[in-house]
Amino acid sequence: MAKMVRILVAKPGLDGHDRGAKYIARALKDAGYEVIYTGIRQTPESIVVTAIQEDVDFVGLSLLSGAHNELFPKVVELLREKDASDIIVFGGGVIPTEDIPFLKEKGIEAVFTHGTPIKEITDFIEKRLEKQ
Amino acid sequence: MSEYKTINEKKADWEESTLKNVLDRFPEQQEEFVTGSGHPVERLYLPSGISEEEYIGKIGFPGEYPYTRGVQPTMYRGRFWTMRQYAGFGTAEESNQRYKYLLEQGQTGLSIAFDLPTQIGYDSDDSMSEGEVGKVGVAIDSLKDMEILFEGIPLDKVSTSMTINAPAAILLAMYIAVAEKQGVTRDKLRGTIQNDILKEYIARGTYIFPPAPSMRLINNIFEFCSKEVPKWNTISISGYHIREAGSTAVQEIAFTIADGIEYVRNAIGVGLDVDSFAGRLSFFFNAHNDLLEEVAKYRAARRIWARVMKEKFNAKKEKSMMMRFHTQTGGSTLTAQQPDNNIVRVTIQTLAAVLGGTQSLHTNSRDEALALPSQESVMIALRTQQIVANESGVTSTIDPLAGSYCIEAITDRIASEAWDYIEKIETMGGMVKAIEKGYVQKEIQDSAYRYQRDVEDGSRIVVGVNKFTVEEEPQKGLLKVDPSLRTVQVEKLARVKGERDNVAVTASLKALKKGAESEDENLMPLILDAVKKYTTLGEISGILREVFGEFQESIVL
Repeated sequence: MAKMVRILVAKPGLDGHDRGAKYIARALKDAGYEVIYTGIRQTPESIVVTAIQEDVDFVGLSLLSGAHNELFPKVVELLREKDASDIIVFGGGVIPTEDIPFLKEKGIEAVFTHGTPIKEITDFIEKRLEKQ
Repeated sequence: MSEYKTINEKKADWEESTLKNVLDRFPEQQEEFVTGSGHPVERLYLPSGISEEEYIGKIGFPGEYPYTRGVQPTMYRGRFWTMRQYAGFGTAEESNQRYKYLLEQGQTGLSIAFDLPTQIGYDSDDSMSEGEVGKVGVAIDSLKDMEILFEGIPLDKVSTSMTINAPAAILLAMYIAVAEKQGVTRDKLRGTIQNDILKEYIARGTYIFPPAPSMRLINNIFEFCSKEVPKWNTISISGYHIREAGSTAVQEIAFTIADGIEYVRNAIGVGLDVDSFAGRLSFFFNAHNDLLEEVAKYRAARRIWARVMKEKFNAKKEKSMMMRFHTQTGGSTLTAQQPDNNIVRVTIQTLAAVLGGTQSLHTNSRDEALALPSQESVMIALRTQQIVANESGVTSTIDPLAGSYCIEAITDRIASEAWDYIEKIETMGGMVKAIEKGYVQKEIQDSAYRYQRDVEDGSRIVVGVNKFTVEEEPQKGLLKVDPSLRTVQVEKLARVKGERDNVAVTASLKALKKGAESEDENLMPLILDAVKKYTTLGEISGILREVFGEFQESIVL
C-alpha cells in the first residue's frame, strides 16, 4: 500500500482566525489524507520542527493578519536550511492578489484565497504528487 | 390562551385546496427552507394566540423588563445608535489622523483596533512581533504611543471603545493616564474595553493567561471602575467572534450569555454586589444576512439576559437587567469576489442591527475580505448607516417588526434553543469548564463545517462565489501597511526607554509582581502607576506572565 500523504496545517504569526485552517484540516482529512493541525500562534521555526518531526509531504499555511509576506517565505527558507526542501508549502488566508507572485517566487507553490473550493486544493495536492 | 381554532381550520383547508393546486403544478424551489444558521423556516407563520398576560411577560414595553422591545423607552426616536467604525493601523500618528477624519465625517464615537502584538502583550521589538507590527491595528508599546493616538481628541467629548482583552487593564490605565494629562478626570470618561477573555479561548485567540488569573484581572477592573470610572463599560461580552468562527445565531447568543453568567458569578464570588457592576456590562453581537433571524436573535438575547439577571442573580436595579449591545456587520459574510456586492450585504445587516435595537454599530467596508479598508470604502460603510438612520424610516417607530407572526415565532424558538444550551453549560459546571472540555469549540466547529460544506455543494448560494460568478481583474488601490513600520516603532520605543526614569520603572514592576502574587490585591492601581512611568505593555505583560503563566490551547478538530 502506498504511503499515506501527510499534511501539516499550520498557523504562523499571532492571528487567532482559525476557522479556515480548521475547515481545511477537516476537509483534507475527509478527502483521505493524514492531517496534523498545529493550533494558532506558531513561529516559522516551530512549524518547520513539527513538519520535519511528523515527516509530512505538505505544509499548508493559513494567515489572515497581513503578515504573510514576512512569515510564509520564512517557513520555506527554514525548510531549505534544514534540508527539507522536498516538503511542499502552500498557503491561504486574506492575501491580496498582487502579493501572490512574490510569494510564489519565494517558494510558496500555491496560494488559495477566500472562497476557494476544497477541490482546487486537493487537485493541487494530487498534481503535485504526480510530479514527484 | 386563544387557540385560533378557525384560523387553524382555515389553514388546513387552504393547504388542501389553494396551496395544493399550485404545489402540484409548480413545486417550490427547495424541499426545505432554512435560515442563515440552517434552522427550518416555515412556509407561513400564523397568529400564535398570545394572551395579554403572555405579551406582558415575554414581550412587554421598551425600556421595561424583559426588554424584548428594546432597552430605551424611545429608542431611535430619541437618539440614533452610536455610529462607531472600528479603525486603526500602523503607527499611532497614522491612526490619529484616521480618527480625526472619521469624527469630521460625522462619526459619533471612536473604536480602536490594536495590532496583534499589543493584543497579546508583546512590544514591537519582541521577536514574536515579527511581521505583525501595525498590521491589523495600531501598535501601542507605551504611554507615549497612547498620547500620540489621542492627540487633539478631547477625551471628555468622545466615547472610545477599545478592542483589547488579555491586556485590557493596561490599555485602560493608559487611557486614564492620557486623560489626566489632558486635564480630564476619570468620572468623565466614557467608553468600553472588550475585556472578554472567555471568547478569546473559544474563538478569537488573543488570550495570554490561564482562566483563573484572567478572571481575577476582570474582577479587579469591575471593582476599580465601579468606584473610579463610573461611566465606563467594563466589558463587552462578545458573540461577534463566536459567530465569525462559524456558529449559528442560537449558539452566538447562547455562548455569549453563558460567558456573561460566568463573569457575573465570579464577580459575586469575590464579594462584589451584583448591582454595583452589572449596569456597566455591555454586549457585542454580529449581524449576518438573514435579516429575520438576526432581528429575532437580538430580541431573544435581551429577553434571556433580563431573566438571567433577575432570576438567577437577584439583580434589583433595572440597568443590571438591560442588555445593551454593540453590533458589527459580519466580516465572514463578505466576499473577495465582486467586492462591491458587499455594500449591499452590509446594508441588509445594518437593517438587521437597527431593527433589532442595537446601541451602536460598526459597518464593514466592501474591501475587507481583501485587506484593511481604504478611506473611500470606510466612507461608504459609514454612509450606509447614515442612510438607514436618516432616510429609511425604520427608526421612527420602536421595534417595528414586533408582532410579525414570523418574527415572534423565531424569537421564541431562538430563546428556547439558546436557553437549552445555557442550561447544558451550567450543568457542565459553567463556561470555563465547558471551554476546558472543548465542548463549545467543537459545537462551533461542527456548525462551521456544515456551513462550508453547504457552500461547497451549492446547496447554499453565495452570490459571486458559487453562483453568478464572473472573471475578475485583481483589485487595485488596497491599503498596504508599510513593512518598514516596525523599524520606526522599535526606534520610538528605544527612545522612550532611554528617556524614562528606569529606576522608577523597575520599582513599578516589582510592586506589580508582589501585588500579582498576593492574589487579593487589586492590580489596577499598580498597573496605572507603572504605565505613568512609561513602563511598556510588554514589560507589564511579561511580569504578569511570570506570575500567572500562559494559557495552552486545547486543539479540537
